[in-house]
Amino acid sequence: MGFEKFGHVSFTSQTKTDAFVEYLVKDEIRATKCRKCGRVFFPPQADCSSCLESDMDWVKVEGNGKIISFTKVNYGPTGFESDVPYILALADFGEVKVFGRFSKEIPEEQIKVGMEVKIQAVSLPNGQVSYQFIRD
Amino acid sequence: MPKDVAIIGVGQSTFVRNYEGSIRELAFEAYSEAMKDAGITNSDVSASIICSAPEYDKQRSPAGLMAEYLGLNPQPTFALESVCSSSTSGLRVGYALIKSGLHDIVVVLGFQKMSEITSADSQERMGRGADIMWESPFGTMMPAYYAMHARAHFARYGTTEEDLALIRVKATKYGTLNERAVYRKQLTLEQCLNSEYIASPLKKFDCCANADGSSCMILASADRAKEISKKPVWILGLGSGTASLTMTGRDALDGLNCARVAAKEAYEMAGVGPQDIDVAEVHDCFTIAEMMAYENLGFAEPGKGAELIREGETYLEGKIPVNVDGGLLSKGHPIGATGGSQVRTIVLQLRGEAGDIQVPGAEIGLVHNIGGVGIYGNVAILGR
Repeated sequence: MGFEKFGHVSFTSQTKTDAFVEYLVKDEIRATKCRKCGRVFFPPQADCSSCLESDMDWVKVEGNGKIISFTKVNYGPTGFESDVPYILALADFGEVKVFGRFSKEIPEEQIKVGMEVKIQAVSLPNGQVSYQFIRD
Repeated sequence: MPKDVAIIGVGQSTFVRNYEGSIRELAFEAYSEAMKDAGITNSDVSASIICSAPEYDKQRSPAGLMAEYLGLNPQPTFALESVCSSSTSGLRVGYALIKSGLHDIVVVLGFQKMSEITSADSQERMGRGADIMWESPFGTMMPAYYAMHARAHFARYGTTEEDLALIRVKATKYGTLNERAVYRKQLTLEQCLNSEYIASPLKKFDCCANADGSSCMILASADRAKEISKKPVWILGLGSGTASLTMTGRDALDGLNCARVAAKEAYEMAGVGPQDIDVAEVHDCFTIAEMMAYENLGFAEPGKGAELIREGETYLEGKIPVNVDGGLLSKGHPIGATGGSQVRTIVLQLRGEAGDIQVPGAEIGLVHNIGGVGIYGNVAILGR
């Protein structure tokens, strides 16, 4: 399965981390972890920039994250025009931070910096797969 | 204070929405003005550095074209890109070329004709200004990223939308005085606050406009500067830094670390501190960017940037005048040309030639120029 399946609009088809999509289809959000030094990467990296090795494990991103910041986007770039408005956010899951979108079911008024969220995999209407933040 | 490399000439085109000419003609406007300002001819120039963000160019490798059109063959030319900070990256490389002894007079030319591509193409490129594997697929844009920095600043420090609007009001005041700016209307606080949200909490008037424009700086070694120039402006300090392209790689979003790193290096090299700066040009692509610059440059303590603008301290009469040429918010932001335009404003200030916006007796000025959403940060400290 190619990486072009990831996201509302994809810009990349080939990467050594395309297993991310296979996990996503199985409702799992995974990060990579360096087998040598133990550093965890999200977004996943095929290569470790700490010890310069390329021997990685896939580990689950689980539990609650804390919202660091968010924004409601009213004007989108090409390919996202019919998708607006949507809410982008950055959340801290402890070992890693995750950038993504909020579920459209959660209105902006209910989102606060510091609120706890979980992430879940989603299938999009255009056949793509992604993940989103939902309320804890 | 090091006085090894000087700026002996500056030039800038008028910044416009749609330049009715080609990129070579746009570049010529800034180049010819800077060369006349320096009082030198093409054969005096030892090398050129051409700065632009190539995704807006149809011409492949524009440095070659510019060297020919501006009359700079057979001297070497180099292309340089760091998105919105390209021309201050050019300043740093130009400084190094001269300090190394390889060249004695270097032209740093920045240009961007953002209207060269269609609006649809431009929108498409904007979506790719982030990590295209992991962030662009969610529909990211520049305003959204700066909006997330604004929200984080609000949450941590209690900064408000009104504080940001005050920055735009200041920018429009000085925009009315700048004949080379795109946006020249005065806006009221109410107009700024009532404009529509682009990416909350940033509104239309928190954002600068795209523009076409060019800028040019002529750099010279100390010997050549003393021989040629009556009013050389010296590069006293330079600093550059980077931060992660991805938001996930950042410790916090309430400031730009690349700017902190760059400021520290520049202050140390110049042997001065924020309290010594008489006038500053900071990268206000969005109002929140100017607010973070106040703090990252040390003009205010972290979280106290809002007090500076509330008390009017960054106006011409204030403690530290910032962007009294209208900033990017008024001038417009022709990516590759922006940093050179900021440097030009400070050079004119230090020469006492800034006209209506002259800060009386300005001796030391600072330029802060950011590429991308805080990916690249350049700070330059200039003095008489």
